[in-house]
Amino acid sequence: MAEMSAMNRKLIQNLAETLSKQVKHFNKTEAECLIRLFNGLLGDQSDRRVGNGLDRGKFRNILHNTFGMTDDMIMDRVFRAFDKDNDSYVSVKEWIEGLSIFLRGTLDEKIKYCFDVYDLNGDGYISREEMFHMLKNSLIRQPTEEDPDEGIKDLVEITLKKMDHDHDSRLSYADFEKAVRDENLLLEAFGTCLPDAKVTIEVKIVKTV
Amino acid sequence: MGVALTRAAQWTTASSGTGKLEITPVNESLLKEILEFVEQFSSRHPQEAKHVFKEPLQWTTSLEASDFKTEYDISGPAVKSQETDRDGHPMLQLTPPSISVHSFSQLSKIVQLATDKKLKEVRACLEANRDPVAKMLGPSFATVEGEDSSVLRLLEEVKEGDQAKETEIKVKLIILLQQLDTQLLSNSLKQISQEVRLSPAAVKNDVELLKSFCSEGEKRVLTSVQYTSDYEFTNGCRTPPWRQVHGEICYLVIKPCDTQPLHITCSTAGVFLNGGIRQEGEENAYDRTSDVYRDLVTLLKSKSPHFAENINKQDFAVQEEPPTQKVQHVELVDAEEQGQPQRSYEHQEKNVHEKARQQLVQNKPGGKKKLEPSLKWKNLGLASPYDEADDKKSKKNAVSEKFAEAQEKMQKKADVSVSSLPGRQSSNKTKTPGGVGGADDFSESSSESEEDEEQPERRTESNTDLPSEYWQIQKLVKYLKGGNQTATVIALCSMRDFNLAQETCQLAIRDVGGLEVLINLLDTEEIKCKIGSLKILKEISRNSQIRRAIADLGGLQTMVKILDSPDKDLKYLAAETIANVAKFRRARRTVRQHGGIMRLVELLDCVPDSAALTEEQEKDVEVARCGALALWSCSKSTRNKEAIRKAGGIPLLARLLKSPHENMLIPVVGTLQECASERSYRIAIQTEGMIEDLVKNLNCDNHELQMHCASAIFKCAEDKRTRDLVRQCEGLQPLVTLLSQADNKQLLAATTGAIWKCSISMENVAKFQDYKALETLVGLLTDQPEEVLVNVVGALGEGAQKPANRATIRKCGGIQPLVNLLTGTNQALLVNVTKAVGACATELENMT
Repeated sequence: MAEMSAMNRKLIQNLAETLSKQVKHFNKTEAECLIRLFNGLLGDQSDRRVGNGLDRGKFRNILHNTFGMTDDMIMDRVFRAFDKDNDSYVSVKEWIEGLSIFLRGTLDEKIKYCFDVYDLNGDGYISREEMFHMLKNSLIRQPTEEDPDEGIKDLVEITLKKMDHDHDSRLSYADFEKAVRDENLLLEAFGTCLPDAKVTIEVKIVKTV
Repeated sequence: MGVALTRAAQWTTASSGTGKLEITPVNESLLKEILEFVEQFSSRHPQEAKHVFKEPLQWTTSLEASDFKTEYDISGPAVKSQETDRDGHPMLQLTPPSISVHSFSQLSKIVQLATDKKLKEVRACLEANRDPVAKMLGPSFATVEGEDSSVLRLLEEVKEGDQAKETEIKVKLIILLQQLDTQLLSNSLKQISQEVRLSPAAVKNDVELLKSFCSEGEKRVLTSVQYTSDYEFTNGCRTPPWRQVHGEICYLVIKPCDTQPLHITCSTAGVFLNGGIRQEGEENAYDRTSDVYRDLVTLLKSKSPHFAENINKQDFAVQEEPPTQKVQHVELVDAEEQGQPQRSYEHQEKNVHEKARQQLVQNKPGGKKKLEPSLKWKNLGLASPYDEADDKKSKKNAVSEKFAEAQEKMQKKADVSVSSLPGRQSSNKTKTPGGVGGADDFSESSSESEEDEEQPERRTESNTDLPSEYWQIQKLVKYLKGGNQTATVIALCSMRDFNLAQETCQLAIRDVGGLEVLINLLDTEEIKCKIGSLKILKEISRNSQIRRAIADLGGLQTMVKILDSPDKDLKYLAAETIANVAKFRRARRTVRQHGGIMRLVELLDCVPDSAALTEEQEKDVEVARCGALALWSCSKSTRNKEAIRKAGGIPLLARLLKSPHENMLIPVVGTLQECASERSYRIAIQTEGMIEDLVKNLNCDNHELQMHCASAIFKCAEDKRTRDLVRQCEGLQPLVTLLSQADNKQLLAATTGAIWKCSISMENVAKFQDYKALETLVGLLTDQPEEVLVNVVGALGEGAQKPANRATIRKCGGIQPLVNLLTGTNQALLVNVTKAVGACATELENMT
């Protein structure tokens, strides 16, 4: 057992070293911590299917428990954004890369990341329909209203008015980027997909311990 | 007489056939006059008195045969006059109880005979002969309402005239009668004008008023007030048409607390009790059973002692309300306040939107929908903001009255909120008895500006249609209330796209309940929502009404708490908003009592002087700047100055004073000069080496900063050591240079003040001599505001202590303007002028 853990440690250190060179924002120690965390989260599964990484369910649990996200759809999209090779598992590398944006990303990186999350079909635009889909649970529905979707539709129009600079009724990356630069609050315009500042601070503490 | 009797005399309303003259003051005076006329007629106009009436005046008399004496033939109860007409008919015939009279001479005699019954006789006569003139002179002289052609008819008769003598008498008679008529009318007019006749509208108002007194509880003065008929005719009357012709407006049943129900008739002539009209019908129920009163209240006062006793209290309460709306808002601009950035001057007329909330409320049940379609177009960006603005302007002019009632309610509401303030304050007090400065009472610095003190909210009378912003903002507020974080952030960002500097939008946010939501958001954990909310509050708090509302909603307490947040964006936004809100005394006190001063002072702690700042450091500087802004606002209260000092603010301010950035220096120097009214600060400014920095900044090119620096020197230079420091730091020359900025009066006042105080040291006077300051100062003796003049003359007075300067003042032509200023009334100015003139007068040459 001790031998194995020693070997493991060696492995992890090597991995951390390589990853910290590939990924911005994390030094070797931090990367090592995150790898350990990853392995811990992987748990038993790691014995049987080494290399596959975190599946959707586990990942969503982390998002929910650690980062306080609640919106199922957005969590799925975050999983997609992490899972760059689309194999339905978040590997160690993807984990570190994702977290570097999640926790330490610059504004540019975050804009890119958020846009990817919100572009549900990956066609490079956030369409009206996509917005509606993402915002549909954002308002308390008043049972008295004739059309319960009216508020959502209106919200979509408000957002378009604010962000759609080229007036083509959809948001291109350029639209999104400009709008967020003008008003940082719009970064997570269509749903929380980043940990908020408070959580980031907590995570730092967790890691250093 | 005919006209007077028809129009002025008050006949019983139930008149049909022979009417009765009522016993009213008007009638009584009419009768007396007629009586007087008749009594004196035969002696004054003997010829006319003998004229035989066309028809006799007949009436039922109370006279009896025994009343008649000589000149009468008495046979049993019947009496005949000895005087007869040409045909031998007696001029007077009495066959009890009726009497008939043919001439004025006989009328006069009857009146004389009747002695104490004469008034009764005249009354009976007039009641029986509704148009006596027609009987006297013939039916063609009958009084017809609206025209009086009797004289013309008489003229016709004169033309035809064969019986010249008789006609002449007739003419005289009619002229006399008409004279009487005119006299009667004018007299009764005097009386009538004293009692204004009632109109349906007046009665209705009275009834509404009385109904409002029927409330439950101790103050109740009446049990109920009811109309007998719910149907109201278009003319406002509630009586059946056949009663309206008698001038009756409505019937009421009023139940006082202490007597039987009163059945009241309101007629144009006044109000009186009737025979008990419940429903229509019952002929005799309409008769008057009491005196006629001027109005309902008078009647009730005499019928119900309880009412009379309590109505006066009610009257007071009713009349009390109006003054609140008369209070005009005037924002004082005093010297202390000048130069603050972001001042929002109030405009009259702006309050039109106050009604919005009401209207929104009114519309909620269902009316809202129909207004919405147009909003969609606005949201799609088809209407530019400029269009909307124009649109709104045009709408502003359209006055609609439909909100008048709502507005009244609002006023009451405002009164309530104002009156509830003391309670709120005291509750704050009990919550935090200690605060920062120990026990807090309500006494504040006397020097502190009152610019923004508790004015009641003013609401102008003009109502306008709501601008489109209202509906859009209302909708956004709805999303703020009912949305999750994502929707809230979108709504907040969208709200910021409105022109928040515009009062329309500021008040719209308040009126649709947005302020409550924005302030509640500050209490959440969502940083984005807090930032978004503060960004809006920061803008709209430039409006003094919004400031007040934010303070009332407890926003300051929350914002003070936010100053502790680790997020720098939140810190500086909260500080900047506090800077805006703390423009009035109560707000400044609230900030202090909740530990805000200490936290704001902590914000000042940053490193401003390193050349290249990182992004984080830049944020620190911004936090410090906003902290200084907030302290500047707060420093207008003496206790806050003290609190800033105790919190260790002075060294931090001294450090920030070395900042190269004007936008940092202005609030810092602003705070310092505000606090320099306190001795502790003046000493600190001197000992912490701040004079040097102040002098350095005199040389900048920002007038506002220069003004604050000069003002700080003005206040500090009372101290000799400080004056020397200013000279040693070479601050005198820049001061003299600033005198050329004669257009900026605030700057000029501060500069001349600094020069005056510095001139108290003779070394400085010598320097000023070198810089030819006195020549410039003499030029400022005319056409300047008093605050400048006081300082200029003060400086001249100090300068004139040196003989050489006295000569200079003379040579520059300064004596004459100085002497002219002696006629002023400003005490401070006069003190300085007399000193300067006195100093100059020591030179003989100056006296010529």
